[in-house]
Amino acid sequence: MSYLDYKTGSPITDGKAPTGPIAERWDKRRFEAKLVNPANRRKHTIIVVGTGLAGGSAGATLAEQGYHVVQFCYQDSPRRAHSIAAQGGINAAKNYRNDGDSIHRLFYDTVKGGDFRARESNVHRLAQVSVEIIDQCVAQGVPFAREYGGLLDTRSFGGVQVSRTFYARGQTGQQLLLGAYQALSRQIAAGNVEMHPRTEMLDLIVIDGRARGIVARDLITGEITTHVADAVVLASGGYGNVFYLSTNAMNSNATAIWRAHRRGAYFANPCFTQIHPTCIPRTGDHQSKLTLMSESLRNDGRIWVPKARGDRRPPNEIPEDERDYYLERIYPSFGNLVPRDIASRAAKNVCDEGRGVGPGGQGVYLDFADAIRRMGRAEVEEKYGNLFDMYERITAENPYEVPMRIYPAVHYTMGGLWVDYDLQTTVPGLFAIGEANFSDHGANRLGASALMQGLADGYFVLPSTINDYLARNPLTEKVTADHPVVREVVAETEDRLNLLLAVDGDRTPDSFHRELGELMWEFCGMARSDEGLRKALDRIPQIREEFWRRIKVPGTGEELNQSLEKANRVVDYLELAELMCLDALHRSESCGGHFREESQTPEGEAARRDEEFAYAAAWEFSGTGDAPVLHKEHLVFEYVHPTQRSYA
Amino acid sequence: MRLTLRVWRQKNAGAPGAMATYEVDGISPDMSFLEMLDTLNEELILRGEDPVAFDHDCREGICGACSLVINGDAHGPERTTSCQLHMRSFRDGDTIDIEPWRAAAFPVVKDLVVDRSAFDRIIQAGGYISAPTGSAPEAHATPVPKADADFAFEHAECIGCGACVAACPNGSAMLFTSAKVNHLNVLPQGAPERETRVLDMVRVMDEEGFGGCTLTGECATACPKGIPLPSIAAMNKEWLRATRKARR
Repeated sequence: MSYLDYKTGSPITDGKAPTGPIAERWDKRRFEAKLVNPANRRKHTIIVVGTGLAGGSAGATLAEQGYHVVQFCYQDSPRRAHSIAAQGGINAAKNYRNDGDSIHRLFYDTVKGGDFRARESNVHRLAQVSVEIIDQCVAQGVPFAREYGGLLDTRSFGGVQVSRTFYARGQTGQQLLLGAYQALSRQIAAGNVEMHPRTEMLDLIVIDGRARGIVARDLITGEITTHVADAVVLASGGYGNVFYLSTNAMNSNATAIWRAHRRGAYFANPCFTQIHPTCIPRTGDHQSKLTLMSESLRNDGRIWVPKARGDRRPPNEIPEDERDYYLERIYPSFGNLVPRDIASRAAKNVCDEGRGVGPGGQGVYLDFADAIRRMGRAEVEEKYGNLFDMYERITAENPYEVPMRIYPAVHYTMGGLWVDYDLQTTVPGLFAIGEANFSDHGANRLGASALMQGLADGYFVLPSTINDYLARNPLTEKVTADHPVVREVVAETEDRLNLLLAVDGDRTPDSFHRELGELMWEFCGMARSDEGLRKALDRIPQIREEFWRRIKVPGTGEELNQSLEKANRVVDYLELAELMCLDALHRSESCGGHFREESQTPEGEAARRDEEFAYAAAWEFSGTGDAPVLHKEHLVFEYVHPTQRSYA
Repeated sequence: MRLTLRVWRQKNAGAPGAMATYEVDGISPDMSFLEMLDTLNEELILRGEDPVAFDHDCREGICGACSLVINGDAHGPERTTSCQLHMRSFRDGDTIDIEPWRAAAFPVVKDLVVDRSAFDRIIQAGGYISAPTGSAPEAHATPVPKADADFAFEHAECIGCGACVAACPNGSAMLFTSAKVNHLNVLPQGAPERETRVLDMVRVMDEEGFGGCTLTGECATACPKGIPLPSIAAMNKEWLRATRKARR
């Protein structure tokens, strides 16, 4: 049977979201949830995988509540998770600017920004909790930008018309992550968190239908270890590195969520990936990753290309009336601050027309000349100095004098493990938080909302909802490392690693990863078509087959072996990529970041088809290369009526 | 570009290490330093040799993972992280020495990878503000003068890479520790733990085997984030203040 002949299984009807007025649902759920007696909490062990904003904040908070937390990260320190690279800011409906913001508006903007493919209840809760996040972070000493009066400063981000983004220069992710890391460090010192750095989760242990632990590899000694618990929380981030080139960290990977998917957790909307409009263009085949320039730059920078095709003059020699500020022209009311998916596609369109700039014509200008004239260089430097420096370091061009060149790049994945309102996956006892889940951003995430969601899940949502699972599901069986299921999962993991080492072929892990990434970028990137996706689906199993024939991993499994780590991650990318393409093929509408060439408006915008596709697609695994089963969770919009998104 | 690389190779923490020489060719000036190492490693793998292990992750200069001593300088000739160093800083035909951080408190794990967990333990000793989730007052309840907020931010920029320690002839961690002490101690939220924070962090810093500070200033020169040298003086002041208070 072909992989494309997927079956449609039973729909998902219970997302556990309470009914009633949307503003009361979170309170209602928290009240209905059973609690664990504080004295009993230390008897419960909770595994948290990942130490980014979601994992770091969850680990710290669960430990503060009295649980015994066992936490993992592949980095040498929990402080290095990739949340640290988030630049621009974090949204919160504080309405400090008195500019008409409210919880309801943040909720509305997020549902609309996500092109009506997110669950209303979750998004509303996110907007409610956003307010508490800022309070929490300030109390921890996060040095947000402040006005001269000592109060917090905010700025605007794409897709909204209020100024609700709190920031710490261009390093907001770093500062928020260090806040969570410090809270976690406090709990490590107190003995409430057992921290395992340089340890990578390689599989999930499911016993009697419930998540009971993980199998991990000590990256220094190579030892395969097992860890059992009463619940497992995955906070391992997104899967953007399927594309090889992305703004993710080099070692960010999909193994934790993909292995959980193989063990029964549904994977929702895998084709919803975000291509960020403002990244530094690639310079050649040696490129190992792409670097983002914060969206906040679009507050003051103006995006343009020459009006004429193939205009090769230096930007400063192109007169004003021969420039096309295409976002301001097409979308006059949002201008340069349209949502990311729209800005990215517009950049692709002008480049496809032959009006792109820089090497290969794969770039557009982001110009600060007007901003420098208006605000003065000093103020521009104060606001964006570190971003300008970073740009200059990478490109050796001075953006105060020459416009930046930018091009879209893979940045974030809205899809992820399917979770209910409690952030629990379809495997009882397995929770997914932050970018690892699919829950809040629909088909497109707004800027400064990833930090908000990661911290909302970790500080506030999960620590409430996990109580209910632990209180209602007493564990009867004590699991140890010699449980037959545990031994079986360990054996499978060891077999996989040994096989990777044994093939001794003639291609490196990177060469396969790069080949897969290029295929995905071409056929499952900014524009997707029936024909292209079928080509990719044809090709991926061939690459997979070749991988297992020709992969070369030097060294052994009993040492620090970065090639082995990489190869093992590529194994999972090679399966996940296939599901992404299938999901993109089945969703023949366009929505948000998922643009199907067959489904566009006369103006070339994404045309949604709500009658057919107003659902989250949750896929059930049925074997490598075997057709998965599709479960639909139909989305109901009671508060934000779906309309054609318009930013004109 | 064609380059000769002399790289520190060490099988594991217990094994002796030595410099090994490799030639790389076809290097573009637009490559980052780590992309140049990627090129070497791809060749080594195909030759069936063990690739050079090095720590790296974000490659944007913010995670603090990369940690190479390049031609004797922590992070190399430019004031940035190893990952943000580009090959245009070198010339065709150059010989480049690549070593791990050298410091008693950072033992080598393999090749260019070192163990920096001592930094985590310094933070665990007091590099935080005790504010359990849910206990926070409204964010605007306590205004913070902009100058103080900027001072806090300037120190909070530390990425914990350890270049300061690697550059210091004494292997001292004073710049790292002072960055966190100053970030938190200047804020009103950090005031209640001001004394215990500096005393505990400095104590653990000493216990971890970092050397003493003789104010040579190499740390601040090597710091990719520009944490200023007076940061150390500010921490000394905090420490003296806390010591006096403790005696009373």
